[in-house]
Amino acid sequence: MNGVLELSAVRKVYPPPTAVTALDGIDLVVGAGETVAITGASGAGKSTLLSILGTLERPTSGTVRVAGAEVSALSDAALSEVRATRLGFVFQQFFLLDRLSVLDNVATGLIYRGVPPRVRRERAVEALYEVGLAGRIGHRAGQLSGGERQRVAIARAIAGRPAVLLADEPTGNLDSATGAEITTLLSGLAGDATTVVLITHNTEVAAAMRRQVHLRDGRIVSDTSVDTGEVSR
Amino acid sequence: MSAGLRPADAIALATVGLRTRRARSALTALGIAIAVAAVVAVLGIAQSAKADLIAQLGEQGNLLTVASGESVNGRGVPLPLSAEPMIARIPPVRTVTAVGTLENVAVRRSRAIPEVQTGGMNILAAEPSLPATLSATVLLGHYLDATAEHYPVTVLGFEAAKILGIGSLRTPTQILLGSHWFTVAGVLAPVAVAPEVDLAALISFGQAADVFGRTAGPSRIYLRADPDQVAAVASVLTATTVPGGQGEVQVRRPSDLLVARIAAKGAFVGLFLGLGGIALLIAGVGIANIMVISVLERRGEIGLRRALGARRRHIAGQFMLESTLLAAAGGLLGVVLGVLATVVAARLGGNPVAIPPAALAAGLGAALVVGALAGLYPAVRAARLAPVEALRTL
Repeated sequence: MNGVLELSAVRKVYPPPTAVTALDGIDLVVGAGETVAITGASGAGKSTLLSILGTLERPTSGTVRVAGAEVSALSDAALSEVRATRLGFVFQQFFLLDRLSVLDNVATGLIYRGVPPRVRRERAVEALYEVGLAGRIGHRAGQLSGGERQRVAIARAIAGRPAVLLADEPTGNLDSATGAEITTLLSGLAGDATTVVLITHNTEVAAAMRRQVHLRDGRIVSDTSVDTGEVSR
Repeated sequence: MSAGLRPADAIALATVGLRTRRARSALTALGIAIAVAAVVAVLGIAQSAKADLIAQLGEQGNLLTVASGESVNGRGVPLPLSAEPMIARIPPVRTVTAVGTLENVAVRRSRAIPEVQTGGMNILAAEPSLPATLSATVLLGHYLDATAEHYPVTVLGFEAAKILGIGSLRTPTQILLGSHWFTVAGVLAPVAVAPEVDLAALISFGQAADVFGRTAGPSRIYLRADPDQVAAVASVLTATTVPGGQGEVQVRRPSDLLVARIAAKGAFVGLFLGLGGIALLIAGVGIANIMVISVLERRGEIGLRRALGARRRHIAGQFMLESTLLAAAGGLLGVVLGVLATVVAARLGGNPVAIPPAALAAGLGAALVVGALAGLYPAVRAARLAPVEALRTL
């Protein structure tokens, strides 16, 4: 099976003094259009896995392919290019520029792709419609509620139509009702062109994804999918 | 895969960082502005003062003086009456004027002031050609005209007017020369090439003869020659003034004195420029400091930008540009402030306003260089930050 994300025998050992083995032999293939929740306790290696999937970090050993490209061998500039063109990120802390407008925040998502300002704005408006924030375009990001802020962050991530949307605890700073809305929004974004991978320790959020990958001590201990049934290891 | 950040976007990004932290940006830019203003003002004020001296120096320093020497007993010997017309006949000589000192006649405001209290002032008999030859300008009233030959009228040098406390001629003003009242017709502006005129009360040769009985020849002759022929004229002056000369004549070129004064002012300019440079350095350290803090505060933003696909050099460029723009804004403000300070100083000092364009360019250029250097270290720090590390902020 060819996936948009392919990890093979990925290990990540942090350098001393910690010398922690965060990932210990991960084999994972995520197909196009899947929605995947990576779960596990704190320190299980969720964040490290997401960072490696997002090319923000390199594995100590093993191979990582994103949308067909082997990334562990790429230069820093080439990795940046991969992130700019193939990946979208959503973070627990939103990371919005509070003093800029909602529209500018979303349009910033395309700035490193060399897209002209007019096109950036058009795509930003489209993305804001998609997340249901068309009415807030001119507001400052700092004036919005938490749920709205996360919607802006999601719009920023999808404005570039990435192959993979990576979300790091996207509901971690939201109340449960708002969190559920965001979860529904994220799973609804997946389609033929977009794969959604999120990490969470919230079981309800995880259950909303079609596939759940559970980590413990840097290894995958269960990989459940609505489509293919449980594959325990 | 397409190209990275567009240049216009890079500049826009840098301004966002500044616009969203206005008070901080303004204060940091102010530091640069003050330093640049100091540099521009020092250069501008020095240049204005110099322009004044150079203007007084005359076209090319072509002023010469011929003074009577002293005889063995230490008394001044007047020049022959024929000296001035003789000198005027030397072809390269353009203008000539003569003055004669009147010794032992006090210049006073009233009889209440003792005669011995001269204040260093003296009386000079002068000709109508004096202002033209010495490039002297009249500050108040008018210079000695034809009627001054027959009436007790005097024109004061700048310092003399100051000592006598005469600041306005709106009401008729009289002073005592010896025991005779003279009406003050005018006051001259300072004459840098002939400081002796500044301390003098000028009267006509006619009045000097009629009132004080001075009929001797002039004690000093000023002349301007063709700039190319100054040395040639100087070499024949002694012989022309006192034919068969006995070496009793001193020929001088007062512009030499001014050149020395200009050089002395230059030394101070160097010192103040050095101080301005230090101020600029301190302002640069201030920018670097603020930028380092900014990098620490904006780790999240840096991490996000890396996640959005910014390369290391995009991050470095953003902070470098921010720092440079900050300094450029400060530099522009500084140039404006410096020009204003120069104009005000020149007006107060009565000098012409002369701001060398190089000073403006140097001020702005120095600000840009300082800004770029100050931004270098913070920018490298920001670029070296690992994306994961940067995103791990609360």
